[in-house]
Amino acid sequence: MTTLMPSPTFGAGADGGPLLAVENLTVQFPTADGLVQAVSDLSYTVEQGKTLGIVGESGSGKSVSSMAVLGLHDAHSARIAGSIKVAGEEIVGADERTMRRLRGNTVAMIFQDALAALHPFKRIGKQLGEAYRVHHPDATKREARRRAIQMLDRVGIPQPDSRVDDFPHQFSGGMRQRAMIAMGLVNDPALLIADEPTTALDVTVQAQILDLLQDLQREFNSGIILITHDLGVVAEVADDVLVMYGGRGVEYGPCREILVHPQMPYTWGLLSSVPDVHADPNARMIPIPGNPPSLLDPPGGCPFHPRCAHVHKVPGDLCRTALPDLAPGPRGGGHLKRCHLVDPEQIYQAEVLPEIAPDLSEPGGEQ
Amino acid sequence: MTSTPHPDAVDPAPVDPAPADDAPPEFEELVAQTHRATTLDPTAEPVLTVENLQMYFPLRSPLVRRTVGYVQAVDGISFQVPRGGSLGLVGESGCGKSTTGQLITRLYKPTKGSMMFEGHDLATVGNRAMKPLRRDVQMIFQDPYSSLNPRHTVGTIVGTPLRTHKVVPKNKVLARVRELLEVVGLNPEHYNRYPNEFSGGQRQRIGIARALALQPKLLVADEPVSALDVSIQAQVVNLLQDLQQEFGIAYLFIAHDLAVVRHVCPEVAVMYLGKIVEIADRESLYEHAHHPYTQALLSAVPDVQQAAVGGRRERIMLTGDVPSPINPPSGCRFRTRCPIAQEICARHEPPLMQIGPRHKVACHFAGELGDHPVQPVTAPLYADGAPAGHADPVTQVSSEVGFGARWLDLGTGELRGDGGKVAGAAGH
Repeated sequence: MTTLMPSPTFGAGADGGPLLAVENLTVQFPTADGLVQAVSDLSYTVEQGKTLGIVGESGSGKSVSSMAVLGLHDAHSARIAGSIKVAGEEIVGADERTMRRLRGNTVAMIFQDALAALHPFKRIGKQLGEAYRVHHPDATKREARRRAIQMLDRVGIPQPDSRVDDFPHQFSGGMRQRAMIAMGLVNDPALLIADEPTTALDVTVQAQILDLLQDLQREFNSGIILITHDLGVVAEVADDVLVMYGGRGVEYGPCREILVHPQMPYTWGLLSSVPDVHADPNARMIPIPGNPPSLLDPPGGCPFHPRCAHVHKVPGDLCRTALPDLAPGPRGGGHLKRCHLVDPEQIYQAEVLPEIAPDLSEPGGEQ
Repeated sequence: MTSTPHPDAVDPAPVDPAPADDAPPEFEELVAQTHRATTLDPTAEPVLTVENLQMYFPLRSPLVRRTVGYVQAVDGISFQVPRGGSLGLVGESGCGKSTTGQLITRLYKPTKGSMMFEGHDLATVGNRAMKPLRRDVQMIFQDPYSSLNPRHTVGTIVGTPLRTHKVVPKNKVLARVRELLEVVGLNPEHYNRYPNEFSGGQRQRIGIARALALQPKLLVADEPVSALDVSIQAQVVNLLQDLQQEFGIAYLFIAHDLAVVRHVCPEVAVMYLGKIVEIADRESLYEHAHHPYTQALLSAVPDVQQAAVGGRRERIMLTGDVPSPINPPSGCRFRTRCPIAQEICARHEPPLMQIGPRHKVACHFAGELGDHPVQPVTAPLYADGAPAGHADPVTQVSSEVGFGARWLDLGTGELRGDGGKVAGAAGH
């Protein structure tokens, strides 16, 4: 159960390991109804300058796991086990002082709903300056303000020296999200966690924000965790992808590998339930039957088996009784999957792809 | 301290999944239950014809009690929804697409225009005359959490329209409710449960059952899947396609997700700031968009296959934000963000002209991406000594509400019809 997973990204990490290493992370919340197993035995790494996309439905544990990286869980109501190392420093069990030093400085977070995350009574510049001065106690107010204007300019807010005195409600949705990004980046964090940063935005604004994040990443060489349910967003910006289901990682590997050669039926389900704007109109939208599992009483065996349309292809009762390991698939290359299917590649190419992308599945049409 | 919700901590124990036996269906069965993209029936008569629809919301000053301006939410749009077919309505937030849906269901009374439905003008009928018509025009709402009364059981929610409109005798309401629940794929025995006992996708099914109760001819679906998880979206989309095939309901499908709209709707209208800028069948709109706004929207949609196979496409970045609908730009409303805008765009508003058998666009420089004309295609309208009356080709192809038999060939600037060039209509 606690086998150490190889990192899917090779080459980086020569100077003292990856930027973020999460190992066997487990987060549980005791509630009146029982123990909620929000995250179980999750491992992943993020290298400097790379983007990890975490994909999954609501309740799959993607937000909970990344909030643990920031130490945002209340010690009284959450039980956290495993290890989270940010630039070599252990987070699990760290005291509040250590966390304050890291939070907003080494690790920063961008929240989904910028209107709720920004203080409605404080001017944008003041909030940005506050985030800066917490980690730069020597900075004067004037310096903090200058820094705020500089950051607003960097994220593409027009006339930053006058908009810096605006209140959040005076900004449009896209501008608020830019201001949130500015606040996240004000201390040049090494790791940025973006929790559904574009979900509430229109596609045109989403495209602007994703481009901005990529520009900034190139400039500051920071690592990014992008939490989303939209595989399209992941396809555009992520280097690695982690697919989560029922609190566990079920597929993990380089982005292209996961999207072109997915090996876990849940990932197939995600790919087939969203149509593509440029796909063959003959493609079908194939839903995943049923509903996401309750984390109070997760299903035994593979957590996905009650909704999996390919259970029948696994001999015996394996899917219902045994939890598959997150193990390298037949294609290698750091592509891990948690599934009992013996030859998922063949099933995907022969059965799934012809239905969801008839134009890609013709012989030779792929790749 | 955090703004993100804690989905895991509040997850209600899910109601047992619909089928009795717990084995999931095999993949082939699953595929058989789904639909390919809805196809166009070009011969279908329109069930709804909207002409020049306009909704101005008055803006009152808080100090002096007087109207100081208008929010021009919907400003003169025309379209048709075919009987038993679907029209998609897409655009950014604030473009007026939801207002359009609310006008058609008469949640608002439009300030101008007509909405012909089954021989009645929904825009002018009084409230009493509207009531029987409401049976035929129903709505599905975006948010399955706020659109169901948490203190009513599912039986009450779905049965209310039946009781209000007295479609079945009182003692038959429950039987009909159970039938409806079964149609939308819910367990009919769950009629006495409350909405909080259901997941988001199941709640949306309850909303759909309520809309179906009166056997409507037209269903306005306002972002019916955007609040749902991705894996559940496909379930609801397939259900909507099922229902359309079975009961022949027409949909006005309002959404911002261009990919879902493409799957459900053989015809799509694109709105920007209260105007329709392009309306066409699926093929013309998605493969041969002629309006720079449509092109920008399409290029902004993240694309799984494209990115997975060969890197990412070049995007057309729209700068800035949508202007305020209180004081929209003069001429073409998109010109402030348009990459190809010229002087004429500020002076004249382009008419929505037909440029193909089922393709209309409102742009002075309409053309495929990277192939926009240098001279405005609408030039004959504003030429010196412009033809008196309506003899010029542009006016001739921009007067009809639906798609006409003739269109303007952008390549030659001449009128064309099914039989080729239309004789005697040469404009210049």
